Amino acid sequence: MTNSAIVVAGLRVIRGGRDVLRDLSFTVEPGSVTGLLGPSGCGKTTLMRAIVGVQLTHGGSVTVLGEPAGSKPLRNRIGYATQNPAVYADLTITESLRYFASVLGAPRASVAEVIEQVGLTSHADVLVGQLSGGQRGRASLAVALLGSPELLVLDEPTVGLDPVLREHLWDLFHRLAAQGTTLVVSSHVMDEAARCTRLLLMREGVLLADDSPDALRAETGQQDLEQAFLHLVREKEHTS
Amino acid sequence: MSASITLATTRRILNQLRHDPRTVVMLVLVPTLLMVLLRFVFNSAVVFSHVAPALLGVFPFVIMFLIASITTLRERTTGTLERLMTMPLGKFDLLAGYALAFGLVAVVQVLVAAAVSLWWLGLTVQGSVWSLLLITALDALLGMALGLFVSAFATTEFQAIQFMPVFVLPQALLCGLFQPRSEMGWLLNWLSDVMPLSYAVEALQQVTGGAEWTATLTRNLLVVLGCALLALALGAATLRRRTP
Ligand SMILES: Nc1ncnc2c1ncn2[C@@H]1O[C@H](COP(=O)(O)OP(=O)(O)OP(=O)(O)O)[C@@H](O)[C@H]1O
Ligand SMILES: [Mg+2]
Repeated sequence: MTNSAIVVAGLRVIRGGRDVLRDLSFTVEPGSVTGLLGPSGCGKTTLMRAIVGVQLTHGGSVTVLGEPAGSKPLRNRIGYATQNPAVYADLTITESLRYFASVLGAPRASVAEVIEQVGLTSHADVLVGQLSGGQRGRASLAVALLGSPELLVLDEPTVGLDPVLREHLWDLFHRLAAQGTTLVVSSHVMDEAARCTRLLLMREGVLLADDSPDALRAETGQQDLEQAFLHLVREKEHTS
Repeated sequence: MSASITLATTRRILNQLRHDPRTVVMLVLVPTLLMVLLRFVFNSAVVFSHVAPALLGVFPFVIMFLIASITTLRERTTGTLERLMTMPLGKFDLLAGYALAFGLVAVVQVLVAAAVSLWWLGLTVQGSVWSLLLITALDALLGMALGLFVSAFATTEFQAIQFMPVFVLPQALLCGLFQPRSEMGWLLNWLSDVMPLSYAVEALQQVTGGAEWTATLTRNLLVVLGCALLALALGAATLRRRTP
């Protein structure tokens, strides 16, 4: 399966002396919107860091777009939005994005474009430090969109946003996927799970499920994805 | 190495400073004000001329140490460094961008302090003012490189500030500013021999004290430059793409 966007095989990560990811294996298909879901502390951020290649790993392999994760040829093909907004608080949105665009070698015109995509055009010249939490998060998301990367890794991009904005961003994600971009999006919120084409349900560093939302509903006999998740957790506890 | 990324980084840091006018004013004026204060504490142009050159070297060193360690620490803690590490940016692009931006600030700082000292406070410089600027810029580079390096060992801004007394004050005490190095006991003398700031201060004293460019001056400058590059290399080693 050389044409998978991401291949994770037997990935193991230890953080602070704890096994955070234990023998994780899965693949992600190009052009899919994969939701990474699970309780707080289950290792979502750690997994995303491993995919973008900034996490020290302790076994297994991560292959992204056919190259080892974190390798040089990948560095302008992946967009990553960290969970805590990572944009310079003492620059305006435009200045911050211009800097990242020059680092990525993305065209200057793309700056205004991504600001528009996250709905911040009216605040383009406001200092990031003076934005609301949700606006700051979107500014950080805009950085990930710069240069039209082939893979987008977004860590809780819709946290703290109102339903209208969330809808807007999910539309954007699907538009990008339709153009061939692969997306991996993490979330706490189960109602966002229904918007993904694929779901990875995680708990304590292992995968509970790796399926489409419909298949998951069918398998567990639960219409509600939150119930389906709880069902899987209970099932797991019985067997172990 | 990519020149365009380096310059973009320099521009970004200068932009960040531009949005913080209070810091800029303090950066440019505080050393000058301290020079003025010192001049009137000594109340003598001759005594002032004796210590001023050393101070012109110590100021950019201390201030750049602080600024660089805090800026880098912020870059680490706010996640912007993690983000940059997923991008096609080499560590040395980032470091060179820092060095250019902070070096520029240091040169402005020293220009103002030197101009006021020369024209108003009675400092006399026998050598060329350019060599004076070159040495202080190297000093600033040294402070910046050290600050960058130690910021890797600080997890909070409190800790970063506490590193200043550890790394900077001993050098300032032993560099010959308060007491000629030759008059120190053997242990202190040896310590001051291994501290790069001593060479910078000696170089400054030579430039202000004599018109000629001597071999010792060249040696002193090379020592300062070498230490700055070593600290930069160590700093680069602490910028990891992958973290635990
Ligand atoms: N910098 C760190 N050093 C040591 N351990 C860490 C570090 N960051 C996270 N961990 C540990 O790794 C585990 C997984 O953390 P991770 O951030 O991946 O969780 P998460 O699923 O993203 O949680 P959340 O939904 O709250 O963001 C946690 O048990 C956490 O304590
Ligand atoms: Mg997380």
